[in-house]
Amino acid sequence: MSGMTKRGKMNNYELMVIFTPVLSDDEFKAAQKKYTALVTENGGSVVAENPWGLKSLAYPIQKKTTGLYWVLEYSAPAEFNEKLKIQMLRDESVLRQLCTKLDKYAVEYNAKKRSGVKTGTEKAVEA
Amino acid sequence: MAKNEIKYLTAIKTDKRVKKFCRFKKYGIRYIDYKDVEFLKKFLNEQGKLLPRRLSGNSLKYQRKVSDAVKKARQMALLPYVTDLLK
Repeated sequence: MSGMTKRGKMNNYELMVIFTPVLSDDEFKAAQKKYTALVTENGGSVVAENPWGLKSLAYPIQKKTTGLYWVLEYSAPAEFNEKLKIQMLRDESVLRQLCTKLDKYAVEYNAKKRSGVKTGTEKAVEA
Repeated sequence: MAKNEIKYLTAIKTDKRVKKFCRFKKYGIRYIDYKDVEFLKKFLNEQGKLLPRRLSGNSLKYQRKVSDAVKKARQMALLPYVTDLLK
């Protein structure tokens, strides 16, 4: 973890964004690139990126019943998220976003899920 | 009176109640992912409401994590706030 000073403490975060379904494919890619660039500019690093694409929403948001989902896992200094939030609120192609801090178990879970290793929830399903 | 049909004064307690256990402690799951909708549905009833601990059998620590994950999933429209016949 670079920059372990008090101010520049690096944390792991996971960001999930729902874009408006009106976006065409390359607009969707451009939006993704814009935010990943924002992360790397501000001293963060992208761990994984996972566009789910068009999915139907469980309830309509802003009169739309589908949305383009995008999940980004990154590690960044703690004060970066405020900037990210302001950018996202200003961007009207973003319907909704959720940024969660990942503790070490979450990071391990995500790594396992990506590499296809069993994450243990299958065993718990039948309980 | 059929030979084998014996009537007891008090009914024999036949249903042995299955001992509930916290699946997270037992299987060693430490993180509940809010994106894993199928798994979260196990903790919701038909109307999409959270099951209480006495039904889901979770320990307090993991019941809170489950409720956090479900609320995040609802926020991101992965789970409905209220519905009928969710399953």
